[in-house]
Parts: sequence; C-alpha cells; structure tokens
Amino acid sequence: MFALIPLFPLVGTLLNGILGIRYFSKKTVHTIAVGAVGLSFLASIWSLVGLLRSAEPVVVKTLYSWIPGSLVRLLGGRAATVSFDLAFRYDSLAAVMTLVVTGVGLLIHIYSVGYMSHDRSYARFFAYMNLFTFAMLILVLGANLAVMFIGWEGVGLCSYLLIGFWFTKDSAANAGKKAFITNRVGDFGFLLGAALLIAVLGTLDTAGITAAVEEGSIDKGLATAIALLLFLGATGKSAQIPLYTWLPDAMEGPTPVSALIHAATMVTAGVYMVARLHALFSFSGTALTVVAVVGALTAVYAASMGFVQNDIKRVLAYSTISQIGYMFVGLGVGAFSAGVFHLMTHAFFKSLLFLAAGSVIHALSGEQDMRKMGGLRKAVPKTYAVFMVGALAIAGVPGLSGFFSKDEILVAAFASGSYAVWALGLLGAGMTAFYMFRLIFLTFYGSDRVEPEAKHHLHESPGVMIVPLAILAGLSAVGGYIGLPRVLGGGQWFARFLASSTGEHEAHLAAGTEILLMLVSTAVALAGIYGAYHAYVKNEGRPAERFAARFKALYRLVVHTYFVDEFYNGVIVGGVLKLGRLCARFDERVVDGAVNGAAWLTRKVSSLSIGFDTHVVDGAVNGIGTVHRVFSAGLRRLQTGYVYNYALAIVLGIVIVISLVVTVF
Amino acid sequence: MIPINAVFVFGLLIFFIGLFGVLFRKNLVIMLMSLELLLNGVNILLAGLSHQLRSPRGSIFAIFVILMAVSEAAVGFGLVLSYFRQKKTYDMDEFNELKG
Repeated sequence: MFALIPLFPLVGTLLNGILGIRYFSKKTVHTIAVGAVGLSFLASIWSLVGLLRSAEPVVVKTLYSWIPGSLVRLLGGRAATVSFDLAFRYDSLAAVMTLVVTGVGLLIHIYSVGYMSHDRSYARFFAYMNLFTFAMLILVLGANLAVMFIGWEGVGLCSYLLIGFWFTKDSAANAGKKAFITNRVGDFGFLLGAALLIAVLGTLDTAGITAAVEEGSIDKGLATAIALLLFLGATGKSAQIPLYTWLPDAMEGPTPVSALIHAATMVTAGVYMVARLHALFSFSGTALTVVAVVGALTAVYAASMGFVQNDIKRVLAYSTISQIGYMFVGLGVGAFSAGVFHLMTHAFFKSLLFLAAGSVIHALSGEQDMRKMGGLRKAVPKTYAVFMVGALAIAGVPGLSGFFSKDEILVAAFASGSYAVWALGLLGAGMTAFYMFRLIFLTFYGSDRVEPEAKHHLHESPGVMIVPLAILAGLSAVGGYIGLPRVLGGGQWFARFLASSTGEHEAHLAAGTEILLMLVSTAVALAGIYGAYHAYVKNEGRPAERFAARFKALYRLVVHTYFVDEFYNGVIVGGVLKLGRLCARFDERVVDGAVNGAAWLTRKVSSLSIGFDTHVVDGAVNGIGTVHRVFSAGLRRLQTGYVYNYALAIVLGIVIVISLVVTVF
Repeated sequence: MIPINAVFVFGLLIFFIGLFGVLFRKNLVIMLMSLELLLNGVNILLAGLSHQLRSPRGSIFAIFVILMAVSEAAVGFGLVLSYFRQKKTYDMDEFNELKG
C-alpha cells in the first residue's frame, strides 16, 4: 500500500512537466499538482493506520531486483553475495517522515497556488515541486542506501532547479549552482561511506546494517569512518558546519520553495539518515559525539548570524541551520526520537514562518528588507497572528510545539552528561528567541518604514494562502502534545511510536531536575524575547546600534557571516579556479602546442610531397606531352585536309617510285 | 592505220590533261570529270596497244576499266551530291575537315 505514496507526485510531475507547460490552464496545473500531493497524503494516513493496526513494526516491499546478487570478497576476506533491490521500507520513522513530507508539502502546494499565481512558469514550478516531493518520498522510503541515494540526489537536483527557478536573475542562478556544488561535496562523503559499507559488510540494506552492527561483525574504527563519511553527506544536505553556506543563498528561490525544501523537508534529510542508521552511529560512539558537537556548534554559530541579518528570509535561513543543529544535538546524545520529534515540529513552525514571511513579502510587493517594514501588524493582521504563533513556537514558549521538542533534546543532552553541549543548546535557545522576536518587532511593530510605492499596494494575502498558514499555525501550537513528556503527565507517545525504528532512549533524570531544566530553558527563552523587546520596541533599536558601534570588529565579523564565504571563495573556489587556469595553460601551451606542432609537421611534409608531385611527376607527364607536341608540330602541317594536296603527294610518290624502278633496274 | 606513236601521244595527252584537272582545279565536279579523263587516257593506251600487239587482252581490260569507271562515277557523283548539300559549294578549298 505504502508503495503508492511516491507514485502520485511522480504522475503529477510527468503530467505537468510534459503536457502542462504547453497545454494545461493554470487551474488544471494546480489541480493536478495539489491533487497528487493530496492523494499521497491520504495514502500516507492510510498506511499509518495500517501500520498501527498490524503487529508487524516494519514492512518491506521489494519491487524488483535492481542489481542481482554476485559473490564479492569483502574487506575482511569473507565472501558475501552483494545485491541491491529496488525496495521500500515502511516503519514508524518512515511513517512520520512521509506524513511530514506529504502533509506540510500539501499545505505548501496549496499556498503556492496563491503565491505563484502571477508567475509565467506556473506549470514548471508545480512540476518541480511534485518532482521534489517524489524524490523526498523515495529518500524516506528507501529500504537501502542505494534507493535512498536516488532520492538524496533527486532532492538535491530539485533544490537546484527551484533555487534557480527565476534563472534570469543572476543571483538566483548562482545560488542554485552554489547549493548544488556544496551538496555534491557532501554527497561524495555519502557515496564513499556507502562504498565502504559495501566493502566491509557487503550490504546497503538498513536492516542488514543494523543486524551486522548488532552482531558486532564490523570493526569499531571502520564503523566510525563510515559513520563520519555518511555524516559529511548529512552536513551538506542539512546545511551544518562546514557545508552550511549554501542555505542562506538558497533564499533566492520562491518562498514556498524555501518553506518546503529549505525548512521542512530536504534539509532534514541528513537528520533522517542519521536516525535511520542510528545503530551504526551508536556503535561508533565517536561518530555520535561528532554529530552532537557539530550540531551544538552550528546551533549557536548560525543563531549568532541571525542577529544581524536584515533580509527577512535570510534570518529564517540562519534560524533553520541553527534548528537543524538542535536536531543533530538530539541525535548526537542518543535521543534519536527527540531529534526526529524536533524535525517534525520544526517542519510545522518553520514552514509556517517562511510562508508567513512570504505573505509579508507578497503584501509588500516583493520587499524583503526588514529595514523597510515596520508597524505591519494592523495592515496584515492574519499574517501577523500566524507569524506570532510560529515565533512563539520556535522560541520555546511553554505550551507550544517547539517547547516540547527543544526541551526534550536539552533534557536528553543534560542527561547524557555532555553539559557543554547542553549549555550551547541553552545559549542557542536564548539567541533563537532574541533574533526571532527582533524579526517580529522590526516587521510588525515600531515605526512605519514602508516605501510609499509598496504601501500603495499593501494588502492582506488571499484565502488560499491564509488557510494553509492557519492550519500550520494550529499544528505548530498543538503538534507538540503527541510527545508530551512523562513528567508533565504525557505518555511520550511519539518516542514510544518511534522506538521500533530508532530504539529506546530513557533519560535517567529525577522528575525535579527535569522540571528545573524546563524552567531554566523557559526563563532563557523569555529573557531572549524581553531582550528583543527592550532593544527594538522600547528603545527602537538604539541599544543594538550602540552595541554595534562599541564592538565594531565583532559586528563586522558577524555581519560578514564570519567571512566564511570569502574564505571558501578564496581558498577552495579560488584554488580550484587557479588549478583550472593552470590546467588551461598546460592545455594551451603543451597539448595545443603538440597538436599544432604535429599539424605544422604534417603541412611541411605534405608541401614537400606536393612539390615532388608538381615538379617531378607532373613534369614527367607534361614533358612526354610536350615532346610529342613539339615533334608533331612540323608533321601536322602535312595534313592540310585538301584533297588535291594528297593527290599531288600520290602523284609525286608514283613518280619517285617509277623513277627509282627505272634507274635502279 | 593509226600509227602507234599517235596513240601514245593522244593517250598520254588525255592522261595528263586529266592529271592536271585533278591536281590543280578546285571544282569538285571538274575533278571527278578529270578522273574520267585519267581513266580514259589509260583506256586509249590499252586499246591501242591491244591492236598493235594483236592480242585481245588489252581491249578486255579496257572494258573492265570502263565498267569500273561507270560504277566509280555513280558512287562519286552520289558523294558529290551529299557533299554539296552540306556545304552549298563545289569549291575544294572548303573541304578541309581532315586538316591536322
């Protein structure tokens, strides 16, 4: 049954991509696209119901044998049959992911109907969106890393296509290229990890990997190497240190794309992959520590850049990087279900924030700079309301979804004993609250800085955009209650549901400690919000200006995003360019030189040959002709053509013959 | 009785008149007629010598030559006619297609 889930978006993308661009009306196009994702969502719900009712926690469906089995000698000297199937695996983790992808995807598709209504390439947009949904579903449903890799590359491709959707704009085309190339770096890690898995275990099957790890038939060092290589892939796809630079630039794409791909789904693929292979990562403790540390550092580091951005979407982009860092912290401390829980709630509130930001941008006729906003809460009250819900959720205000998921991660980090990671997480939480409310206050409160031209067209977005926002706001508000922790009287239903695919995780903390931790993180979140209020509403941004003036060097460093882009451009891109130029020069001088030399030699030899031909061979032939002509020139005179001349010759001949006969005989 | 010398003189005279006509006249018809003179000059010699030597062979040969001359004249004038149709002239100076 669940194998049908990815089928609908595939049909949708084929219809819209092949026929829709030329023949379908806008109405037909969005009916097909939204319908495809809607059907997919229904299939996901049906599959979930089936999973809940059946006793079997994992269903694997093999469509066909992709690469048939062949005997291979493994790295340890053992022989094994290696084969890949085109197989789908449906378990609780896949169920959560398919629901998030199709559910949030459906809402974003509906929103896009309004947001993209004026775009010329309407069918192309929806074809790409459906293709992305298809690839993402393949990624989360793949039963082995080979099938996962199809989806992994597919979402990367769609990300490229959609970031560069307005490809006539130079910055968009470049951002698409940057995203794709940065992802390729990570994908190399993924490929190498997968190759090493084949060499060591002879399987890419998630079940097979888990079984092999549990049997202990893999060396710990090798497991670490494989896990770190795979995690490199995850840092590329999920925009973590060091491969995060593409995500802020990816905001060049249309806002629904930012919401779907660069907030809710694709960037969480790395989180999903680590959760899927949790056995391997757990077995190699080192890899897990690396995941936690990278996650915690990214969470704080990206949040700090969110402080100074003025583009509303770029703030959200850095926020996304930071929040995915949280997910990796959750995974890294062994609380895999907590990481996936945050993935889900983040999908709700971050896509909500992006779409609401899109609604603001739409209302202001394309303005993205927060310095040219302000005081919008009266003009776009519905957008303001849903934006507020999203911001409260991401800031971790108690009662909303973000609080429960973030808190579960922080509790797990504290319980695991990695206090440094916990402290970084807590710091990041406060920073998140601050920059998110800075965004709110700059956009919706304070003085009106809207340009007169944009103010003229200022309008609330149409219903087709507001309704998905309202649904997402509802999910952001109550989505956390399915993972209500025990200490607050909940059943941790979400973690128990996921236990069959990500393993059990018990935080061994006293109830009092846990409550205390919650209070601390709540206090930090509220402090962040108050800080933003103090700086941007009460004093209208003056404290921030004073701070920037006092710590000029630090401010410059953060505004330029720590010069990482410059560093990458200078060292890596510059290095590659330099190497390329060196190769080009080698090509020009040596290779071209050799080729041109060979051509020159050939021409010389052939001109010699031509000389021989014209002078010697032709000379001989012409010489024979000339000799004949010269000798025949005299004789030709005799042939006058006049009969009487011939007759005279005959007579003379007779006279000579007769006189010879007479004189001789 | 005609003296044999007169026969020689007459025959050779006729022959050389014909030879002159063939070699130096430019009119095709006159050249053909001169050819007849050439043959008949020889015929006179043949007939005269046949009479002198009291042998019929020369006369018989002369009759053969006359037969030849008749057929030659028939073929020759046919050629002349077809030539004339092409060139619209009897002038031999025009007939130099075989010039090298």
